[in-house]
Amino acid sequence: MDGIHDLGGQEGFGKVRFEQGAKVFHEEWEIKANALYSLAVKSGIFNMDEYRHAIERMEPRHYLSASYYERSLTSLASLCVEKGIVSQEELERLAGGVYPLALPSAKGRSNNPLRQSFEPGNLVRVRNEHVSCHVRMPGYIRGKQGIVIRVTPAYPYPDAHAHGIDAASEPTYDVEFDALELWPEGSESAKVHVGVFESYLETVV
Amino acid sequence: MNTEQDKLKVAPIEKRVEAIDQVLRNYGLEIESFVDHFHDLAFEQWIPNNGAKLVARAWVDPQFKEFLLRDGVGAAKSMGFSFPAHHRYLVALENTDAVQNVICCTLCSCTAFSIIGLPPDWYKDLEYRARVVREARTVLKEMGLILPSHVQIKVWDTTADTRYMVIPQKPKGVDGWSESKLADLVTKESMIGVANL
Repeated sequence: MDGIHDLGGQEGFGKVRFEQGAKVFHEEWEIKANALYSLAVKSGIFNMDEYRHAIERMEPRHYLSASYYERSLTSLASLCVEKGIVSQEELERLAGGVYPLALPSAKGRSNNPLRQSFEPGNLVRVRNEHVSCHVRMPGYIRGKQGIVIRVTPAYPYPDAHAHGIDAASEPTYDVEFDALELWPEGSESAKVHVGVFESYLETVV
Repeated sequence: MNTEQDKLKVAPIEKRVEAIDQVLRNYGLEIESFVDHFHDLAFEQWIPNNGAKLVARAWVDPQFKEFLLRDGVGAAKSMGFSFPAHHRYLVALENTDAVQNVICCTLCSCTAFSIIGLPPDWYKDLEYRARVVREARTVLKEMGLILPSHVQIKVWDTTADTRYMVIPQKPKGVDGWSESKLADLVTKESMIGVANL
């Protein structure tokens, strides 16, 4: 989905609040929230793709104002409701107030039946697709050309795996893009490497 | 949550965490023991010193460096480190006089956390995620890393479940140091690629 989470290359953001040895957690509840979502994944309540997608489905104003761990918690709570473990009303009764959840999901999609395999050195293009489901293709590479640097092991296809439909595992490719090709005259010089699922790629003829 | 009025009624975050805790408890999950276990993982086991040990050995042992570059998971496991089930592939990226590698995750905040430690707050912030792929040199400079203009920057966006770690360059003047003393020099920031040693 072309969601608010797809931040790569978005402009207008200020300086990174960087310090050496920065903390991972700032408050005790953050550790608990992280542990609970890990336990839910470990217990098979949902998988990592469903978890990531529920974060992406947060209402954009909520997403932008929530901390990392609030996003994580919101995904966990949303999936517990969607899986029928608890109702939103019960959650709100337990929490004593409004419990904002992610918005509903669009339909997922299966692996592209026309996908083909590539080798290091191949010139490839990212398919010019706009899909409303979970997708691990950052918008900034859509329709862009790059070079396959290496093949990495197969993973379940996220566009299917996040939606409870049959997800064949497929290879991902380390594809190198030139930043100046991604944002012509709009970026600094760099190579940008992205792990791209086979279904997202097509041959450049 | 579309209006200011809605925001006022939102339950405090701690209450929302406790509500889910209660739900999962009722569902039959063993919360206490797992939270204790998670504390141990987060603060004792998933520590940057794991990756630092890999880096230090790669600095002193060319054969191990070749192993780490070829098969990151195999090399890490050979030193006793482990990975969560969905991290199947670790790519070690070697910094040189000509190349600076930098890791990010623009879509969420993925990292090789069992090797370099859980991601620091700034890595998960919107600013880093939005900017580093497009203006890496400026972002690094703002973070205190000024690179000579001839150094090529390679940014690695963690969009699949392949994970990355940077092998920073060995600082000068440490020849003959023990591996453990060398490992103490290696920071989490240097293995993300936003700082050099």
